[in-house]
Amino acid sequence: MTTNLYFEPIRLPAECEALRAEVRAFLAQEIAAGTFDPHRPGHGDSHNQAFSRRVGAKGWIGMNWPRKYGGHERSFLERYVVTEEFRVANAPVRLHFVADRQSGPILLKYAPEHVKMDILPRICRGELCFVIGMSEPGSGSDLFAAKARATKADGGWRINGSKIWTSNAHIADYMLGLFRTSAPTKENRRHGLTQFLVDMKTPGITVNPIIQMTGQHDFNEVVFEDAFVPDDYVMGEIDGAWKQATSELAYERSGPERFLETFYVLLELIRALGPEPDVRSAEGLGRLVAQLHTLRRMSVSVAGMLQAGREPLVEGSIVKDLGTIWEQKLPHRVRELTAFLAPDITNRTSLEEQLAFATTVAPKLTIQGGTTEILRGIIARGLGLR
Amino acid sequence: MAGENNHIVAEVAARILADLADPHTINRAKDERWKETLWHALDEAGLPLAWVPEELNGSDATLADGFAILGVAGRFALAVPLAETMIAGWLLTRAGLLAPTGPMTAAPVRPHDRIEVHQDGTLSGSAFAVPFARSSRHIVVLAEDSNGAVIALVETRSCQLSEGQNLAGDPTNVVTFQRVKPLRSGPAPAGFDRSSLMLMGSTIRSVQTAGALEAMLSLSVAYANERVAFERPIAKFQAVQQNLARLAGEVAAALAAAGSAADTIAQAGLFDDAVVLEAASAKIRTAEAATEGSSIAHQVFGAIGFTKEHALHRFTLRALSWRDEFGNESYWAAELGKQIARRGADEFWPLVASR
Repeated sequence: MTTNLYFEPIRLPAECEALRAEVRAFLAQEIAAGTFDPHRPGHGDSHNQAFSRRVGAKGWIGMNWPRKYGGHERSFLERYVVTEEFRVANAPVRLHFVADRQSGPILLKYAPEHVKMDILPRICRGELCFVIGMSEPGSGSDLFAAKARATKADGGWRINGSKIWTSNAHIADYMLGLFRTSAPTKENRRHGLTQFLVDMKTPGITVNPIIQMTGQHDFNEVVFEDAFVPDDYVMGEIDGAWKQATSELAYERSGPERFLETFYVLLELIRALGPEPDVRSAEGLGRLVAQLHTLRRMSVSVAGMLQAGREPLVEGSIVKDLGTIWEQKLPHRVRELTAFLAPDITNRTSLEEQLAFATTVAPKLTIQGGTTEILRGIIARGLGLR
Repeated sequence: MAGENNHIVAEVAARILADLADPHTINRAKDERWKETLWHALDEAGLPLAWVPEELNGSDATLADGFAILGVAGRFALAVPLAETMIAGWLLTRAGLLAPTGPMTAAPVRPHDRIEVHQDGTLSGSAFAVPFARSSRHIVVLAEDSNGAVIALVETRSCQLSEGQNLAGDPTNVVTFQRVKPLRSGPAPAGFDRSSLMLMGSTIRSVQTAGALEAMLSLSVAYANERVAFERPIAKFQAVQQNLARLAGEVAAALAAAGSAADTIAQAGLFDDAVVLEAASAKIRTAEAATEGSSIAHQVFGAIGFTKEHALHRFTLRALSWRDEFGNESYWAAELGKQIARRGADEFWPLVASR
């Protein structure tokens, strides 16, 4: 336990900048071809099978995985560049993003060899969509209260129960889910959960859509009725999933997607202000830029630590805590800063549309992937307070 | 500062400060004699003239080493003009001027203060809130004549100084120059102007502030684990944990922003748009962190942290004072905002991503 926080000023190496140019050229081509519109918020949240396959063909999925599984053995910092450029452009990465960021790395660590050989190359080609099955109607942040159960059967397991808030479940090929295989013990309430890979085509799985307040369909409820999962789809230790959960968190929580989700409204603000803003607007813009630059430098620093094989759990949690609060407040700040602008600004319609979208999306940003409260609990633990 | 273990001079600084400037010890000192002993030790180690090359009378440390020293100074809330002498020495070196011995400071520290060089080489004008002017033997002035910026070394006793202190009680004086004749002076290098001095000064203050915030965090965490209320350490209350986690976030942001700006200046040859982004961002973000962080630290300590007797104020009040030197966060936010607006929306992300 330590209060020594560590943020080395990592700079992206030269190979990253060559890659960045390549990524920008690719995105410009896709935009020109009409694949997506960078000025339409929500596009970054959409899925596009053909686009994901083209991204896979470029070698930009599973970038730092071993070649024998279809990966490209590039650095974590190179993956960082691809992620941030795609996010800033609002590219439709939803289909492959979860598999690339967190499901693939879990398979790499825990799946049997033949399962890795079967699935990982397909992820890298942009063919597979993954869903995470953690929350349940009765358990969200309190992960270890999960009740959906896997019972031993001949050659595998039978799953019963339900998972909720499962983004992508309606389009996903596989779920990585947490299911109860034993009761918790008195000494350890986290005991008894096991991580499973589940083929979403398995009989006995029903996906019920849940429409979000933005009007988008992303969430689902997934109901399992005697769904069969073979033994070789058990990921890691039976009853011991809690030991596996934490080391991936720094990857999941510190990336550029944790502060760039509403970035488009900042660009609209700059367009709306024009080249010579008044001092109030300039000051407001400058603060937002300083805060964004700082978040990015923190996030790149954590990426550098991950690349060096460290586990910056506290630093990663801090990036998500600060980053999501920032991107959540951003549309509100932009609204205030544009309040006195002349009515004839050229991007007024686009500004208002994007502000409306960002404002409705904002509440989820500090909930998804670990709530602010949970993150601060992790930080407090890291500081030695609990 | 991150990566400071590579900096032997920073370790030397940390040892000297731990021996002679422990904040809890000097906070109880009856007089200021400790400052003389401390300055002598810092001087012996060559720290005040760290950024001056040997041929100009300095100890020729790298910029990165110097910033590491300043991070340590921030963690001790150092109350002698080490940072001021360092920036003054750095400024003299820009013009190739020999550095004198003894404490120095640099002027101006407010972005709009202008000091003029007359044709006879004398200086006129005034600089507001110059830190440690009264404790300095010399002041290094960035002045302007019709050709551009001039760097001049003047004796403090040849200027008029107001009384005054910053929030933490360190001398901070209005310095008035009335036809002051410099000991020596020379033109600043091409492209070097008041803004360059403000950017360097801002980065120095950012690094010190991040250090002071680190100290606030470790003091606050230690206290929360010791202090018992309602029959348990206050660290066990979620409300306190959430506050300390927020403080850690502010410390982290300050460290990352200041470290990045220091690294940029240590690598960069000139003060271009990228340096403005880095140094202005660091000053803005560390100042915001000082505001937020110091109020959280005081909240954790309750009434005891509000006493003269407790050392917490040494960190919080200095961090709050440093916000105002070399351009405060509002000034830099407006400057940065203007620069970003001038470059336009399409040039924004490429600039951010280039860092």
